[in-house]
Amino acid sequence: MATLLERFRQRRIGQGKRESQMIRMPGGELSRQVASPAIDIAPNDPIVAYFLSAPGAVEIDKLHLESPALRALRAAGVKLVVPLVSQGELVGLLNLGPHLSEQDYSTDDRVLLNNLAIQAAPAVRVAQLVREQQAQVRARERIEQELRVARLIQQTLLPKDLPAIPGWRLSARYLPAREVGGDFYDFLYFEDGRLGIVIGDVTDKGVPAALVMATTRSVLRSAAQRLISPSLVLERVNDSIYDDIPPKMFVTCLYALLDPATGRLQYANAGHDLPYRRHKGGVSELRATGMPLGLMPGMSYEEKETLLEPGENILFYSDGIVEAHNPERDMFSFPRLMELVGKHADAGTLIDFLLAELATFTGPDWEQEDDVTMVTLHRSEGYGVSEISTRSSMRLEEKAGNGDNNNGDWRTLAEWTLPSEPGNDRLAMERVAEAVQPLNLPKKRLEELKTAVAEATMNAMEHGNHYQPDVLVSVQVLASQKALAVRIRDQGSGQPIPSPEEPDLEAKLAELQTPRGWGLFLIKNLVDDMRITSDETHHTVELIINLVEGDSHAS
Amino acid sequence: MPAKSLEAQVRHQPAVSIVDLHGEINAFAEERLNAAYAEAESNSPELILLNFSDVDYINSTGIALIVSLLARARKSKRRLLACGLSDHYVEIFQITRLVDFMNVFPDEKSALAS
Repeated sequence: MATLLERFRQRRIGQGKRESQMIRMPGGELSRQVASPAIDIAPNDPIVAYFLSAPGAVEIDKLHLESPALRALRAAGVKLVVPLVSQGELVGLLNLGPHLSEQDYSTDDRVLLNNLAIQAAPAVRVAQLVREQQAQVRARERIEQELRVARLIQQTLLPKDLPAIPGWRLSARYLPAREVGGDFYDFLYFEDGRLGIVIGDVTDKGVPAALVMATTRSVLRSAAQRLISPSLVLERVNDSIYDDIPPKMFVTCLYALLDPATGRLQYANAGHDLPYRRHKGGVSELRATGMPLGLMPGMSYEEKETLLEPGENILFYSDGIVEAHNPERDMFSFPRLMELVGKHADAGTLIDFLLAELATFTGPDWEQEDDVTMVTLHRSEGYGVSEISTRSSMRLEEKAGNGDNNNGDWRTLAEWTLPSEPGNDRLAMERVAEAVQPLNLPKKRLEELKTAVAEATMNAMEHGNHYQPDVLVSVQVLASQKALAVRIRDQGSGQPIPSPEEPDLEAKLAELQTPRGWGLFLIKNLVDDMRITSDETHHTVELIINLVEGDSHAS
Repeated sequence: MPAKSLEAQVRHQPAVSIVDLHGEINAFAEERLNAAYAEAESNSPELILLNFSDVDYINSTGIALIVSLLARARKSKRRLLACGLSDHYVEIFQITRLVDFMNVFPDEKSALAS
């Protein structure tokens, strides 16, 4: 039998897919295989409906249809077509040229071909599905890989530490969206004690945004070292990056320069969301005009300055929070954010408060559309606050103590608060692990610290704050040359925390005692020192890990 | 961070029931863990093996849950074994002295060979 198996191409129909597939049917007698032009069949070609309804082999010459595919088949010398139909879908065609004997195809030939088609159709379909599946997997992997790269760039470049400036308190939070947006913030330290605060947002997402963010960050860092005035710095950055970033991409960015000694804050703004300043009279915006970076060369930027009074604070943020939607598609919005800033007096917990409000607004099934970034700057009010911090430093100093004057050199690696909700113990330990990453603790020590932090947080949430979600636990991670300290503070009053005693396991196993009560005992055995302090409004548990070898606890 | 729940499957073998635990052992795990233990007990095995190899977090509430399982096992004169704990949780079992009352093995094979 002179079958001529030709290759054909057919647009997959019924799925609206754009890609076409090439299927090569291997012929039994390769020497007789004749190449013919690939045949495209449009999904709306009437021949498709005909093939789908045709019972078996179709003689091309006897067909009368207004069909481009039919014309193409004829032109290719095809005489007989056997549609390959699987589950009501045309998955391919078996195209045959004229019989080599120049006779018509016999009934036996057709029966054989029909049987072949019945066997071949599902196999072809499976092969097509496998191929589609593989293509999808590859596409997904590529996207995931890109996301990882973008996240890595972002996380590598964001500050690892918060500035520790006496009389000032800074907090920062960056919550990347799944498809990382281009948010960034940065702190610049100057020899004269001044502090630069940068917050920005690159249009676009993923790797391109992350790369532009990286460029902007380094250009700004170098410009800020040479120029003082924030407006001149932005001007320089704009001119430098204009040529380097793709068209239609730009960067909104606010640069503020704080003199901690006086509270003077100079700032310029390249189209970024206006920071909110909370003061005695309410909340106001820090306004300064300027075009986003990278849009047009030769721009100049307005520069403003203000004096931050003790007790005042400023919230810098990106549009991720104000543009978040709730299930009804309402936006969180600037007015809401401004109002909330006015409502919340405690600057130290402002970011957590706002995130909690955001979570309530968006509901539990929120898919975060954009990065959410917030930085707060707070000028401590008078003596009280600094007194507390001095006192606690002294306590730490004493602890790490060996008379060395440099011992008081504690820097804050991170601090944050969390709502008292079951499960947040896990969150606390992961965040502490993140904060102490630069210290490269041995794995065992890190695990011990993590469990101790989780237990102390759980105690604080349960016994101190009675699992009231709006009552916060604050966590502070500090490090000196010699030791690491994690302070976990609840807002409980009254009952002081008991001192840890070894639980009586035998009594518990005999069910003479509750099986619970392991937390403090575990903590005590996992860290080098645990210090508990209580006053009228707080319990604080301080966990100490010695960083100097030989000093660590024997376990 | 949404609280991860505990999953548990029970495999019955002659004289042994193996409880495969997946996820976190904390307050949320109580119901699931107790149910799995009851299922493990249902064909009166001599020993019950808790397989922790896919458990990534145990907090003190989780320790308390394990203490109550151990108390239940001792009451019905059944041996309770543990396997698959990470080094860190072996340390926790040592600190809490749980290892004095339940044998801890590196893996299922060594536990069943005991």
